[in-house]
Amino acid sequence: MPDARGRFGPYGGRFVSETLSFALEDLEEIYASLRDDPAFQAEFDHDLTHYVGRPSPLYHAERWSNALGGAQIWLKREDLNHTGAHKVNNTIGQALLAKKSGKPRVIAETGAGQHGVATATVAARLGLECDVYMGATDVERQKLNVYRMRLLGARVIPVESGTRTLKDAMNEALRDWVTNVDDTFYIIGTVAGPHPYPLLVRDFNAVVGREARRQSLEQIGRLPDALVACVGGGSNALGLFYPFVEDEGVAMYGVEAGGDGVATGRHAAPLSSGAPRGVLHGNRTYLMSDDAGQVADTHSISAGLDYPGVGPEHALWKDVGRVNYVAANDDAVLEAFRELTHMEGIMPALESAHALAQAKVMAPTMRPDQHIVVNLSGRGDKDIMTVAKLDGIEF
Amino acid sequence: MNRIDQRFSELKQQGRRALIPFITAGDPAPRYTVGFMHALVEAGADVIELGVPFSDPMADGPVIQKACERALAAGTRLVDLLDMVAEFRRTDSATPVVLMGYLNPIERIGYEAFARRAAEVGVDGVLTVDMPPEEADELAPLLKANGVAAIFLVAPTTSRQRAAAICAQGDGYLYYVSLKGVTGSATLNAEDVAEHLAPLRELTDLPLCVGFGIRDGATAAEVARVADGVIAGSALVNRIADNATTPEAVPGALKAVLGDMRRAMDAATAPDLADAPR
Ligand SMILES: Cc1ncc(COP(=O)(O)O)c(C=O)c1O
Repeated sequence: MPDARGRFGPYGGRFVSETLSFALEDLEEIYASLRDDPAFQAEFDHDLTHYVGRPSPLYHAERWSNALGGAQIWLKREDLNHTGAHKVNNTIGQALLAKKSGKPRVIAETGAGQHGVATATVAARLGLECDVYMGATDVERQKLNVYRMRLLGARVIPVESGTRTLKDAMNEALRDWVTNVDDTFYIIGTVAGPHPYPLLVRDFNAVVGREARRQSLEQIGRLPDALVACVGGGSNALGLFYPFVEDEGVAMYGVEAGGDGVATGRHAAPLSSGAPRGVLHGNRTYLMSDDAGQVADTHSISAGLDYPGVGPEHALWKDVGRVNYVAANDDAVLEAFRELTHMEGIMPALESAHALAQAKVMAPTMRPDQHIVVNLSGRGDKDIMTVAKLDGIEF
Repeated sequence: MNRIDQRFSELKQQGRRALIPFITAGDPAPRYTVGFMHALVEAGADVIELGVPFSDPMADGPVIQKACERALAAGTRLVDLLDMVAEFRRTDSATPVVLMGYLNPIERIGYEAFARRAAEVGVDGVLTVDMPPEEADELAPLLKANGVAAIFLVAPTTSRQRAAAICAQGDGYLYYVSLKGVTGSATLNAEDVAEHLAPLRELTDLPLCVGFGIRDGATAAEVARVADGVIAGSALVNRIADNATTPEAVPGALKAVLGDMRRAMDAATAPDLADAPR
């Protein structure tokens, strides 16, 4: 748990302009009153069951495991959730908070578009006005999700400033929130941002790990040897890891976007590249920035991981050594994407393929009686255009 | 005495309000900034707020965002800003200079090194937009120990309880954000500002300065009637943007805008001459 100031060790906190302080204090208060409220939890669980389609299966990827010739790989199928990713768990939770706070409008930032789609979806369901900020580069590479959001009734606002990716979308969402703070609820899409967001987003996604833990005991007969998940801001990873944190025998791997390779500087891997501490978007964390403190450009084939920072709780897990943070390069990610698609008939999101790439490295070094659970955070439909382009196919 | 306190006590004696222009340092290129600062002083600036360009200025609107982009494209770093202040001080030892920006560049230099160097070159105050008082427990004491004021914001959404805490921690002046929004947005409502300032007066003796939404002489005058200082940013930065390719025209353009504000403010707050002894 973070301390009273929302800090995980030296990380986290609430580094925002004064105008937003009251809204965050409000949110903190609302969430504190609901966090242990059985009625709220029951409402959340009901929505997860009947609207999202939980629990998601834990699937044994037998053919792929055999081909790799080592540990057994199990996939936590967040791709089967309504809207196609783990992002919906959190938006369902925050939508309930928005409803309790009586605000008629929600906003969100999005990279790959999955969080935007999840937000547009809950907004449609609750009849809330919805604006989604998205970097102009991401609008281009995730056209399909842009159109999905529009069909759902959301306004997608392309952001032209900065690097035109996720971090700039978040800047713009914060500007909107400052301006419309009276009637707008900001649904942040990952375990970053000012306190209490890292806490509540982690809580809402921890359903993934609770299920995976129970399913492992049922299906494997014991806890797995290792967990693997990709890390953009880090919400699917924390969601999977958190309920296993006390299980010392379970190793954990967070996989960042290695881009062209961590050594090339063209990546989005603040933890595995040893980026210094910094402050951005309301929290202190590992942050890719230059010597003058300007936030660095990032690169990743996957829009959802293309972010220079990471949630503050991950920064702490890195320092205390509970989670191993590694990076997967674009090439390895594409290879894992194709392999899973061919061998298991499951097309993963490019974000999730980062976790698969790491499993592919680990499995052959392990024994067939060992087990790896990989978080399949989302499905790959949204990335078909990107992969097709690499194959020389234009639609 | 810190130059900021000195300046406000002089103004108080004269019954005048502070005029506080903001420009982004290094916009359009670092070599022009000191000249612009002198021009601001000539046009009647009492305090200069010097913006530290940042790649992700979350609290700013498009005008200042673009100024940051121009300054960064020209290679401006926080260390360069400190050199600019040192150069400015060679010919102006009286005008207070406040650095305004975001925390990350300061984090990279290191709090202690930054506070020491800022004091050394003659910086009088530091306002970090994304560092509310709760997060200031490391940097603010270091600034104070070096004689540099840690200046804080108060917003229309700030509760009385928070305002009291901010007033207790604040130094130099309080920066009251006149509206919900980013820099350069919407129009300011002077009555609303006056209503928010009144309770702050009960909490502190710090000068209350108002920023956001001050675009011309008329708005500056309205605010001058209710506040101790008037902070103008985007209106000036716009003039720099207009002349980004002809920087030699900038000082004149800045003087025109700021001069208007100065005259309007002084006229609005002049003691009634009819009552003055002759
Ligand atoms: C499918 C999928 N996985 C992972 C991520 C990365 O986010 P996080 O690290 O918060 O789980 C995204 C973000 O867009 C995503 O769409």
